[in-house]
Amino acid sequence: MSARARLAAPLVVTAAFAAFPLLVTGFYLEFTTKVMILAIFALSLELLVGATGLVSLGHAAYFGIAAYATLLLSPQYTAANFFWLLPATMVCAAIYALAVGALSLRTKGVYFIMVTLAFAQMAYYVFHDTPLGGGTDGIYLNVKPAVAIAGWTIVDLGNPRTYYYVVFGCLVLVFAFLAILLESRFGRALAGIKSNEQRMRAAGFPTFWYKLAAFTLAGALAGLSGFLVAVKDGFVNPEMLSWHESGAVLLMLILGGMGRLSGAVLGAFAFALLQLFFQWEVVFGNFAQHWQLLLGGTIIASVAFMPQGLIGLPAQLRAWRSRRAARARDA
Amino acid sequence: MDFATFLVQCLNAVQYGLLLFLVASGLTLIFGIMGVINLAHGSFYMIGAYLAFSLAPVFGGAFLPTLAAGLVLAVIFGYLLEWLFISYLYERDHLQQVLMTYGLILVFEELRSILVGNDVHGVPVPGWLSGSIQLGDLMAYPVYRLVISGVCLAVAALLYFVIARTRLGMMVRAGGSNREMVQSLGIDIKFLYRVVFAAGVALAVLAGMIAAPVSSVYPGMGAQVLIVCFVVVVIGGIGSVRGAFLAALLVGIVDTFGKVLFPQVAGITIYLLMAAILLWRPEGLFRQG
Repeated sequence: MSARARLAAPLVVTAAFAAFPLLVTGFYLEFTTKVMILAIFALSLELLVGATGLVSLGHAAYFGIAAYATLLLSPQYTAANFFWLLPATMVCAAIYALAVGALSLRTKGVYFIMVTLAFAQMAYYVFHDTPLGGGTDGIYLNVKPAVAIAGWTIVDLGNPRTYYYVVFGCLVLVFAFLAILLESRFGRALAGIKSNEQRMRAAGFPTFWYKLAAFTLAGALAGLSGFLVAVKDGFVNPEMLSWHESGAVLLMLILGGMGRLSGAVLGAFAFALLQLFFQWEVVFGNFAQHWQLLLGGTIIASVAFMPQGLIGLPAQLRAWRSRRAARARDA
Repeated sequence: MDFATFLVQCLNAVQYGLLLFLVASGLTLIFGIMGVINLAHGSFYMIGAYLAFSLAPVFGGAFLPTLAAGLVLAVIFGYLLEWLFISYLYERDHLQQVLMTYGLILVFEELRSILVGNDVHGVPVPGWLSGSIQLGDLMAYPVYRLVISGVCLAVAALLYFVIARTRLGMMVRAGGSNREMVQSLGIDIKFLYRVVFAAGVALAVLAGMIAAPVSSVYPGMGAQVLIVCFVVVVIGGIGSVRGAFLAALLVGIVDTFGKVLFPQVAGITIYLLMAAILLWRPEGLFRQG
């Protein structure tokens, strides 16, 4: 990619997203809004997996906790104020992430995977078994929060098109925030921890606290996506915290490509489109109800043949072509 | 809680713990020896329960032939699975192992839904084991649950014997600590791994088959047991069969009595136990290597 293309690509993509609601309405608008929320969720996990090398298999817990907090903290018959509700829900997710991080970061590697999964399951059972959040049925949000200053409503979150722009704005902000963060001293330290933690510790970095900060921050950002989804759907249930969600978001990362922020966004879109495609009855007929079989097969194939993800695909193809050319020359 | 109730709950706790051990031992062996984290391990338990359900009519409901046929199928299945999928994962990092085995779960669950459907099923307790033992004046304890505990204990003893005392066990242990060295000594490590994986699958399938009569057979049972087994493995220490044994009993006791004493928070007691163990010993009770 030339330097000019590298500069132009994000601008073109951003402009295309900004113009999208002017062209479509209904299902596609809703769908794209949902996928952008998923992209924020995937970005939050990218901070852990891609940037710090911590494979968390319980990331849906923070997403779900914030979604539940959105509904539980809203007054029953009046609108909550967006400007305190959003930070409050993110703090709820961050607190649980802090507690889980403090315990699970005492372990490494495969232990870490299992422990994060187990603690996410614990949060799942809290909402599943206790009447706190309506049990297995979940709960409904009666009134969407109002974006209001001194009683004046600025933005109506109930309008799908407006909400699209709110979510889009959040996505751009999160992306930019993470891009700056990863270039900062903190982000460099995380990259150092990923490649060689021992050396970072020897260099005087308190690596545990760096990892804990990243873990908590990732929890808070996952909380942002949970808040957005709760406001969009006006409904939450325990399945939002299930380990299938945690697995799915991890899958988005590897599908898109690890180690690049754009990979997380690309992966969220690729995952959602794949899911939509496999559920398409025009193509698969009755088999569409067994879409998980095709999704599972795709996951296995993509791990086997595309370890660098979609974003690494051009490089992989180039390597393959040059290998083939070399073989042809030798022959 | 009077004494008879207490006794019944103790027996339940031990039976549940031992059953967990069967599943968790395979998980910990596969990780300890091959270094693969296998999320699909819970699916083998689910497959076992469904095998018990769907093979029973084939053998006219006879228990032992069903069990034998299920185990043979499990070994073949595990052997093929290792050859087709798992053997590619040894060189890959944990993340890719997690994702590929996650993909396998989706495939297994969906195949189950296509072949058997999504209904909840029950498997009858075999007739000759359906009696119960009188405990005190009012309580009775089903014989079949005692048989489950007995089978699990026998398998645990066999496992210990094979790993600690036989030549095969020695090769397996050696293969776990240094793959290349064992290979250069002329031992077919690929075959050895395949055997270990098939044995792990067979253990989980066995657990599912003998558990089917006491717990119903339902979709999603694999995921549930998998996560509890992760807790067992984390508490026991990865790769340690002895640790898995003690941790499974501990988890069985805490879960069973948690349900009796604190029904409100029953779902989360074992996770609190895990949190406490992590604070005390982050590497589990018995860590190997």
